[in-house]
Amino acid sequence: MAVADATSGKDEQELQLASQWRLMWWAFRRHKLAVVGGTIVLLFYFIALFCEFLSPFDPESTGARDVYHPPQMLRLIYEKEDGGWGFGPHVRAMTQKRDPFTLETTFEPDPGNLIFISFLAKGTPYKLWGIIPLERRLFTASKVGEKFFLLGADRLGRDMLSRILYGARVSMTIGLVGVAISLTLGITLGGVSGYFGGRVDAIIQRLVELILALPTIPIWLGLSASLPQDWSPLTRYFAITAILSLVGWTELARVVRGRFLALRTEDFVVAARLDGASRARVIGRHMAPAMASHIIASVTLAIPLMIIAETSLSFLGLGLQPPLISWGVLLREAQNVQSIAQAPWLFIPGIAVVVAVLSLNFLGDGMRDAADPYAQGQSA
Amino acid sequence: MSTTVLEIENLVTEFPMRRGIFRAVDDVSLTLEAGKTLCVVGESGSGKSVTARSVLQIVDPPGRIVSGRILLHRHRTKRTRGEEETIDLAGLPPRGDFMRAIRGRDVAMIFQEPMSALSPVHTIGSQIVEAIRLHETVSKKAAWVRAVELLSQVEIPQPEVAARRYTFEYSGGMRQRAMIAMAIACNPSVLIADEPTTALDVTIQAEILELLKKLQAENDMAMMFITHDMGVVAEIADHVVVMHNGKLVERGAPIEIFERPKEPYTQRLLAAVKALDGPSQRRLAMRAARAAGEPVLDVDSLKKSFYFTGGFLGLKKNEFIAVDGVSLQLRAGETLGIVGESGSGKTTLGRCIEGVQRPTDGKVLFTNRDGDVTDLAPLKEAQLRAAWREIRMIFQDPYSSLNPRMTVGQIVGEPLYLTGAKGAPLRRRVAELLELVGLPASAAERYPHAFSGGQRQRIGIARAIAPEPRVIIADEATSALDVSLRIQILDLLLDLQERMELAFIFISHDIAVIRYFCDRIAVMHRGKILETGETEAVCENPSHEYTRSLLSAVPVPDPRQRGMAGRFRYVEATAPAASVAP
Repeated sequence: MAVADATSGKDEQELQLASQWRLMWWAFRRHKLAVVGGTIVLLFYFIALFCEFLSPFDPESTGARDVYHPPQMLRLIYEKEDGGWGFGPHVRAMTQKRDPFTLETTFEPDPGNLIFISFLAKGTPYKLWGIIPLERRLFTASKVGEKFFLLGADRLGRDMLSRILYGARVSMTIGLVGVAISLTLGITLGGVSGYFGGRVDAIIQRLVELILALPTIPIWLGLSASLPQDWSPLTRYFAITAILSLVGWTELARVVRGRFLALRTEDFVVAARLDGASRARVIGRHMAPAMASHIIASVTLAIPLMIIAETSLSFLGLGLQPPLISWGVLLREAQNVQSIAQAPWLFIPGIAVVVAVLSLNFLGDGMRDAADPYAQGQSA
Repeated sequence: MSTTVLEIENLVTEFPMRRGIFRAVDDVSLTLEAGKTLCVVGESGSGKSVTARSVLQIVDPPGRIVSGRILLHRHRTKRTRGEEETIDLAGLPPRGDFMRAIRGRDVAMIFQEPMSALSPVHTIGSQIVEAIRLHETVSKKAAWVRAVELLSQVEIPQPEVAARRYTFEYSGGMRQRAMIAMAIACNPSVLIADEPTTALDVTIQAEILELLKKLQAENDMAMMFITHDMGVVAEIADHVVVMHNGKLVERGAPIEIFERPKEPYTQRLLAAVKALDGPSQRRLAMRAARAAGEPVLDVDSLKKSFYFTGGFLGLKKNEFIAVDGVSLQLRAGETLGIVGESGSGKTTLGRCIEGVQRPTDGKVLFTNRDGDVTDLAPLKEAQLRAAWREIRMIFQDPYSSLNPRMTVGQIVGEPLYLTGAKGAPLRRRVAELLELVGLPASAAERYPHAFSGGQRQRIGIARAIAPEPRVIIADEATSALDVSLRIQILDLLLDLQERMELAFIFISHDIAVIRYFCDRIAVMHRGKILETGETEAVCENPSHEYTRSLLSAVPVPDPRQRGMAGRFRYVEATAPAASVAP
């Protein structure tokens, strides 16, 4: 009944042959917000994967004349010199002016000077994933040496759009790597706890409670402050993920243990034992598929927590350090009142964090609801 | 002369689904008379519960009454005798004050599962007080006195003490009594009982039925009794209506229905019930042709204790003996029934013999195909695997016993795959097994959710017989099924027994099923076997008093033999009476 409800519109034949994953997919698809969230998450990971190609400029290239350059509007139609109309993506160049008395810098549009944008054009050379040398970028300025700033520039005149796209790589993957560590710890300890039960279970559960009782932010602060300053950015990156997952695994351990305890007494698990299945096969073939979907759902809900944690730590200056680019590192630039007044576009990485976390949460909610397509009353 | 209190006219209740409208109740008309019992009979999904819930407008959403009238003739009841007052319940808004005033006051309902119908956080007494004060303006003190009175009316011992207890401190039968006390708190003119005794043991069922009859006579209540058990119908009905697929197929007096059913559906239903009212002729013929062979299982003073900690900080160790020195013998090709009420330890016994649970003490001597005798009791799981190919199990719940994430082919083939069968020969063998249990070979590639309860149980049987076992332990294998399916499954098992020379240990609470299916019977009570013997001999002439009380509590599906008066109550000498909560 529940299965039939969740998958209305499918004909009988198809339903009868449907596997767990297909039933879950049907249930998931009915959760519109989750589908939207999932699409955005996929897009973000795509950006993280190809950020070098997608960003118009090198995120490290500075320009003294572009300090706090405001965002420019993307335009399509322009007036040609001969008086006709032309069509092509471009922005209007801006020039820096300095007030001779207050020394305040302002940017004024330079109407005659247009910067054209071309697609798949050759730009500054870069190495994709640090290995493949390439020159072409998805879009960049048509003339080499010209720059445009769709999302403004920062304190050193670096293009914010490129930096945000690069930041996606670190921020989105720190969640994945962190969760991978949590998952290993959580599945092992939760599985041991749930399978053996008794005293082992009691010890592990008390450990989980102890860790959950620790105030996380001071611990994170303390641990990351104690990292040696001379570590390379990459080492630091992994050290931070390890610190973040130290707390993250507890939740997963509980989920895994709970599922284990629930499944252990199910008749079909007893039946598998009686069929002569070894312990490994009972767990791997009969119990794991019933747990996999739940674990995936909890993982999806754990990633945003990691992203938030990394952003907070880096914002406070205790997480990742420049030259590594993450959204948290970028937000550090927006720590003072001056930047709010002078360059509000420095907050854009914050929007990226919000969108990423919300999408992951919607996706996780949808997956959690779809995780058990056989549960009663699941249809609502 | 009888007075009609409630009339249902052409009731239609529908559930709008995405794929169309499901008509749960289709044009049903019936009448309830004061002081009379109307039994609504039907198998699962016949719409009998929805009909009852429609009367009180408590149909689960999205269900709704589409058309028809439900007339409550209030003036014909004690309450407002004289003044003409007829209310159409179907026309009232379900959430309105008026409908709420009727629920509990004029029409009360008792449910199948009293544990979920009673609040766990309030005392029984305060829940009854609440029910009274919702409809009558009386002081709390007066209501409490009434509540205690009601509890004594439903024959709960020590009502003053019992009223201060919580739901979980009551046993199943006591909870149902408390539920009934609450239902009759405001002297309703109509009582709707939705399978009130299905979850209870037969001896407790007999007492609840007796109680309901007594209360009905005292208060001149009209009762609508919903059940699937024809024995109960025969016992208490004044009128019977039979429902099938939302339609009312037949109505009449019980003797008429039982002896001269007109509709083919009723005839089939009764045929299944009647067949279960005696030993299977097929089995008797089989035994005459081939007697039971050598012993395969010899259970010797088997004991299973559970330890749990109690008291402050778990310092006190308690022992609960679930199986207490049971000795049994099972011979090749015979069927041994173990009958007992809930908590008698019969399931634990089955699991200990199989070795899923390790016995605390005693021996389980198993003779395998080659004639070697091994004691299974002390063996570890890895050592038991060889024996598990010859001793198989069939589970009670056809839903939880099949892994929803594997195809039927994988489920049935698992024991074969684990002994090395692969590829085409495995597929052929699975198809063969499925055919043997009456399923098409194409079932192999489908998932369990594509099958109904009865079909799922067949899949479970196919899995059990896959490694060609000698012994099958079936724990309540038919209890989750409707009567007509029950007999089909039992006949299938007999069929397989003949082909494969299987021996069965059949664990059940249902004596009718055991009588039909088993050659010998062992009666279990509080962990001990009280009596064993040939099924017919024990059923006709029980030697232990408990067996006598058990047998006399089973309602006979024959309205001419209403046996409650001749019922025999068993009171254990040492332990407190069975109906008192621990």
